[in-house]
Amino acid sequence: MSEMEVLEGDRVKVRKRTPLGEVTYEGIVMPSSTDSLVLKLDSGYNIGIRVDETVHIDVRQRASETGDERTGEKETSYKKSEPGEVIKEGKAVVSILSTGGTIASKVDYRTGAVSPQFSTADILDAIPELAEIAEIRGRVVFSILSENMKPALWRKLACEVFDEIRRGADGIVITHGTDTMSYSAAALSFMLRTPVPVVFVGSQRSADRPSSDAAMNAICATKAATSDLGEVAVVMHGSTSDDFCYIHRGTKVRKMHTSARYAFVSVNAMPIGKVLYSQNVRDVRVMLAEDARRREEDSLTLDENIEERCALIKFYPGEDPAVFDFFVERGYRGIVIEGTGLGHVSADWIPHIRRATKDGIPVVMTSQCIFGSVCLRVYDTGRDLLHAGVIEGGDMTPETALVKLMWVLAQTSDYDEIRRMMRENMVGELGTRRTCSVQLL
Amino acid sequence: MEMDWEELGLKVGLEIHQQLDTRKKLFCGCPTVLCEKEDAVFKFKRYLRAAKSELGEVDAAAIEEAKKRRAFVYYVYESTCLVESDEEPPGELNDEALDIALEVALLLHMKPVDEVHTMRKIVIDGSNTSGFQRTALVATDGWIESDEGTVRIDTLCVEEEAAQRIGEHDQHSDADMQEYSLDRLGIPLVEITTSPDIKTPSHAREVAERIGMILRSTGKVKRGIGTIRQDLNISISRGARVEIKGVQELRLIERIVENEVRRQLMLIEISEELRRRNARVERRIVELSHIFRDTSSNVIKRAGGKVFGACLRGFGGILGIEIQPERRFGAELADYARRYGVGIMHTDELPAYGISADEVRRVREAFNASEDDCVVLIASDDIERVERAFDAVLNRAELAMRGVPEETRRAMPDGNTAYMRPLPGAARMYPETDVPPVSVDEERIERILRSLPETIEQKKERYKREYGLNEELARKIAASSSDLFEKLVKSCCRGGAVTPKLIARTLTDTLTELAREGVAVDAERIDFEEIFRMISENAFGKEAIPDILKFLSAHPDAGVDDAVNALGLRAMRLEDVERLVDEVVQSRIDFVRERGMSAAGPLMGVIMKDVRGKVDGKLVSDILRKKIASALVMEHDRR
Ligand SMILES: [Zn+2]
Repeated sequence: MSEMEVLEGDRVKVRKRTPLGEVTYEGIVMPSSTDSLVLKLDSGYNIGIRVDETVHIDVRQRASETGDERTGEKETSYKKSEPGEVIKEGKAVVSILSTGGTIASKVDYRTGAVSPQFSTADILDAIPELAEIAEIRGRVVFSILSENMKPALWRKLACEVFDEIRRGADGIVITHGTDTMSYSAAALSFMLRTPVPVVFVGSQRSADRPSSDAAMNAICATKAATSDLGEVAVVMHGSTSDDFCYIHRGTKVRKMHTSARYAFVSVNAMPIGKVLYSQNVRDVRVMLAEDARRREEDSLTLDENIEERCALIKFYPGEDPAVFDFFVERGYRGIVIEGTGLGHVSADWIPHIRRATKDGIPVVMTSQCIFGSVCLRVYDTGRDLLHAGVIEGGDMTPETALVKLMWVLAQTSDYDEIRRMMRENMVGELGTRRTCSVQLL
Repeated sequence: MEMDWEELGLKVGLEIHQQLDTRKKLFCGCPTVLCEKEDAVFKFKRYLRAAKSELGEVDAAAIEEAKKRRAFVYYVYESTCLVESDEEPPGELNDEALDIALEVALLLHMKPVDEVHTMRKIVIDGSNTSGFQRTALVATDGWIESDEGTVRIDTLCVEEEAAQRIGEHDQHSDADMQEYSLDRLGIPLVEITTSPDIKTPSHAREVAERIGMILRSTGKVKRGIGTIRQDLNISISRGARVEIKGVQELRLIERIVENEVRRQLMLIEISEELRRRNARVERRIVELSHIFRDTSSNVIKRAGGKVFGACLRGFGGILGIEIQPERRFGAELADYARRYGVGIMHTDELPAYGISADEVRRVREAFNASEDDCVVLIASDDIERVERAFDAVLNRAELAMRGVPEETRRAMPDGNTAYMRPLPGAARMYPETDVPPVSVDEERIERILRSLPETIEQKKERYKREYGLNEELARKIAASSSDLFEKLVKSCCRGGAVTPKLIARTLTDTLTELAREGVAVDAERIDFEEIFRMISENAFGKEAIPDILKFLSAHPDAGVDDAVNALGLRAMRLEDVERLVDEVVQSRIDFVRERGMSAAGPLMGVIMKDVRGKVDGKLVSDILRKKIASALVMEHDRR
């Protein structure tokens, strides 16, 4: 091979001797995840070439000479768009706050780079329908993968939403990665009382593909954000078809599929609304359930403090109670257990749990069944757990119970008060009755 | 029309798509089987959005599709999974498919790439649920021999088959919605692209045939209708590059190339004529409904009486010019409109469709149009659709003044083509990051090289050499892609009546003739070995083979022996044959005297009428000759 160093973006001609004869390729050098030299040929195809003594490379044109701006790297810039003035002209104002979930992206077919788009202009460029629904203000709050989300960022997000509403937004749309969206939605549900819709949205199929659910979800979410809703919700595809989205209560929603559009499901509750989709924005319709809180029903308050030192432990057969003790010893202030069935752990855990509750560390029981309510009065183990001081998590998802416990512990350290608050339905997180017609997969 | 292809500068390239016969699909574990749409377990509906490129440009073909704003409905089967529904990331590239692709590449003297990278090729006509087709370049730079010289093979890609359109032949299907069946989506296929080295229509067919034979040599490709498709890239010096999609039958290739050349020549003539006339396209669309208030045209009544028109100045008579056999230039414009679900009518063909001469006169008046002009009408009550359709039609009319537009066209069963969409732009691919690159190491190439199959060409030559078959028979039996022939030759040819030629004929011509008579013989289920064994033992004559095959096809549970009994073919004993021959000779002794040995021919016919299939004809002929000879000797002695 030639002495010359080959850089990404260079146009090169590669000659390679093979047992089948010499072969020549010409193309642009791409980033490579293996040891191979990856070329994008003029046909658009990428190929990998093993570079060894049979290979000769000629650089035809340096990347620097083409004057082209290349690679997705810098396009992934997080252009912060200025909040801007609110211009009221009859149209509702919707703030789209970005946390890293992408609802729009651009593909550079020349380099193959996919770059997420966050600025208002770029989002409107990709989904022009949004401008027909509302006056859109875009804002990047932070830009992280949803698996890297943490309680401190929930607080920051709640404050940003609070500020946007105070500045006059008629509705908030939060773009969020889907993995931990339900935790964030639950957190904002407890931290905020809102007179306007606060809607989380994301996409299960990446925004660069023509089939992405991002645009339809964003349109339905924006429509929901201009509706009569007055609480924190998640708006995502309702089925595998592009026909409607469900509006889920922020505390009842759970991601129930790793990849499908219809991953988001209201657990132990019916969705609080539905957005009927149409290609024609004027025909997109929002339907709210009776029990959905309405616009202006609550006035705006913010209480973003939470106790982060809480753990969620999943119990499995034979699990050593030392796992439980570990968190106690590490100074955790509250523990949620995802027990079996109606809410059980093995009998040898009970003394350890009793010790923790005696020390004022609340232990909340939820179920790994996900669907159905915890009930500790049915079997002996359950009754023993109650005697050991365990608080029943009702029909809350384990994740919602964890977020709620974090928030409650920031409000009080009195064990009885903690128990009372955990058993009290604050923002629709606890149901008193569950019907047969749960929305199942 | 005789044409000088070289002078016209005809260049043809082929793009051949062949489905591979793998156990699983290219990126998921689903079987590669097709389903009946009645077996669908459910349907779902999707929309696709055109992705914008970084430069803000959208691919021409993509814009065209996006303009149509179609909903796509997909049929889901038990045999499909979330990958086909675009609800789950794809799995890794199917190794079996890659092996077959490499095998074909090596048979085509191509050089495999070191590392195969799967790409996403944007396709938003709904045929892929994701909005892109996954495709990977496997090898480049090969060649094949042909009667008219070497043809270079540029690339071989392995890619996923698209979903099957449902109701695709329904020209007037609702343009707002297109249905697809997911069973076919994801079946692996190879795409082989030749250089535009092909110079004549018959050459195109020959090259397609040769590549087809090489594909079938592997024994690992799917057979049957729809499993192989040819696309043609055709251009002439003064024309433009036109891509013709979906030629399913080889015999159509020549006609399609000829028709396309003729179409391009006609379009060039039309453009010259239009320029001479100073023709121009008026982009003013006028509602003409008032003219048709009392019309007797059903087309217009069905459209709620809504009619719109636009005027093509100087186009008078042009739309009526035939540019393909029985296809006028007006049909080209209609193709553009049809994409929006509406038809067109124009003054070159009116009065017709129940539209009266008086209505035509008033239409012309509305535009102040003379006989030199042409008014195009669209009847529809969907204003938006009318606007889009006119936009497309008027754009096409403008292109007519420049010559031949670059287009993607669809092959039709009669050898004509119809407009499909603009040529796609070159670069609309980006990496499929869900699928890791696959390294093709030298051991893999060597393993495939070692087990490379005998090509049909090589097999044919060997059959000629080893079994003395003639060219035609050797070609037919070599192309039949079954090793039955050689198996039977090895087990049944022991001299005598059963020869390789008889076996080859039986497996090719006899089966073809029976098929023509409407008898479908399932060769897999027939005990050919028994048939040929009995013939070689003189149990019955080879003439009985067609009757036996017919009987066995009608009675699937019967054996060869049953067929022989039922058909009364049980062989005559030798002495019975001799007695019969003797009787015939004696009863026609005068004829024998008169003709001598040449009486054998006619007498043979008389005897075979009775014994066909029961005795080998050769044996009868031998006995007859002996009997005639001895009869003549006796006559001679008597004198
Ligand atoms: Zn599948």
